[in-house]
Amino acid sequence: MSEMQDYTSSLSDPSSRKFETFSYLPEMTPEQVRKQVEYIVSQGWNPAIEHTEPENAFEHYWYMWKLPLFGETDVDTILAEAEACHKAHPNNHVRLVGFDNFAQSKGTEMVIYRGIAV
Amino acid sequence: MAKSYSAGVKEYRETYWMPEYTPKDTDFLACFKVVPQAGVPREEAAAAVAAESSTGTWTTVWTDLLTDLDYYKGRAYAIEDVPGDDEAFYAFIAYPLDLFEEGSVVNVLTSLVGNVFGFKAVRSLRLEDIRVPVAFVVTCGGPPHGIQVERDKMNKYGRPMLGCTIKPKLGLSAKNYGRACYEGLRGGLDFTKDDENVNSQPFMRWRQRFEFVAEAIHKAEAETGERKGHYLNVTAPTPEEMYKRAEFAKELGMPIIMHDYLTGGFTANTGLANWCRDNGILLHIHRAMHAVLDRNPRHGIHFRVLTKMLRLSGGDHLHSGTVVGKLEGDREATLGWIDLMRDSYIKEDRSRGLFFDQDWAHMPGLLPVASGGIHVWHMPALVAIFGDDSVLQFGGGTLGHPWGNAAGAAANRVAVEACVQARNEGRELEKEGKEILTAAAKHSPELNMAMETWKEIKFEFDTVDKIDAAHR
Repeated sequence: MSEMQDYTSSLSDPSSRKFETFSYLPEMTPEQVRKQVEYIVSQGWNPAIEHTEPENAFEHYWYMWKLPLFGETDVDTILAEAEACHKAHPNNHVRLVGFDNFAQSKGTEMVIYRGIAV
Repeated sequence: MAKSYSAGVKEYRETYWMPEYTPKDTDFLACFKVVPQAGVPREEAAAAVAAESSTGTWTTVWTDLLTDLDYYKGRAYAIEDVPGDDEAFYAFIAYPLDLFEEGSVVNVLTSLVGNVFGFKAVRSLRLEDIRVPVAFVVTCGGPPHGIQVERDKMNKYGRPMLGCTIKPKLGLSAKNYGRACYEGLRGGLDFTKDDENVNSQPFMRWRQRFEFVAEAIHKAEAETGERKGHYLNVTAPTPEEMYKRAEFAKELGMPIIMHDYLTGGFTANTGLANWCRDNGILLHIHRAMHAVLDRNPRHGIHFRVLTKMLRLSGGDHLHSGTVVGKLEGDREATLGWIDLMRDSYIKEDRSRGLFFDQDWAHMPGLLPVASGGIHVWHMPALVAIFGDDSVLQFGGGTLGHPWGNAAGAAANRVAVEACVQARNEGRELEKEGKEILTAAAKHSPELNMAMETWKEIKFEFDTVDKIDAAHR
């Protein structure tokens, strides 16, 4: 048994702030992100890109990057939009969304570019 | 032509056994497993069950002639062998819609599982399944919100939600209890939960519990930036008291409350579900007492029936069993009733114990809750079995972490996210679970510690209630 470890998380440390699915894992590599995009496409979901300042991440509505990419199944096109959003907003969280129009809900969403915590 | 009256006793099958009957779309259908007394023919036993659960009594009465009994009676329309049980048989019975009050699950149960279960002509009786006609479904409120609304309100997408029941079940003070909740939530859980028997005992009255838990949620949300909830148990001695507690939860801005639908009763549950819908609060449903009713393979009410009754009465979550944990639950049967919770149309599938097609029309679905003796090593199997639309609940598997609740919660959160990520990448969780968790633990000392702690714990007892299968 290794020695007991403290759980470091606090109100004063902005890096304690999480952002839902996959935010407890290390930041994904480009190859890992590509696989998640492939998953969204394979589910028949509509991809979309959203972003926000990290300090406003709790809110339901982030900024939409353009419109969802309805019917888009080309993984490179989707990744290029996410990258364009990240370039335009380098300090923001950028998340990949899969809209499931049958469930009328998001099938999944995950931050793929992590913003700078302040 | 009008009938004439002749007093006396006649065999049930003369009136209630109708093998030529074709059920209507508006009929309630029921499948009973019947073990008759020695010497009672199957048709007579099936007809007796149909009679005693609908219009009949043991003798002819003159008032039978004041109504159209042929319209109102239940009809036994089919009999089948039970695979693997030579004494029992399945009796299929159709009931006309008019026998039941609109929107009343209570009324349905009072007929279908009422006096008939004590009836002497049958040795034992089990209600295996029912088909609720759409015409009745649309008279019920159902889940106050449903899966999609809950995901939107809680902002959780693309993964199962994580919960934890606070332990010890009884005896903590309200402030210490709130501490246990806060630690779990800040570590990455979505929900913590009152245990079923936490109501308002002398050691912790409900009002103090609600206040401290609300503070725990608010602080954990501010700290993690994620939405959190705690199932505040409003199960109470009287409906008036139950609503008082629900109102206070709402006043505190809490997103979800909890009720025990079998011990609390269906009248209370349906009323509370309506209140939750009106007040925008999610409803978690516990199922204490279910095993008394559903565990014996020959007598009682199958859990799939209790599931259907709850979906009609109303709840956004319902405990489903885990398949892999410490509590009873056959895998195929469990897959059957979690479909009944979530899907809008479920096909007959005998391999999952589903005897009828069930159409839920517009009624929302609810989330199955897997809880009871599960820990991180079960995570790959749980994600594979339950998928995203579920709540995975680790009590001891969170609180028993050697470094405390926050570390235990973080371990489970890392494990669930790693499993979902791997599944999305096309990997097979039940085959590669160990490698997936081991790789994730490299970045998470909390998960690593949890895996060390629980690696030897298994619950490998055989299931008592299995799907009926041929024995020779």
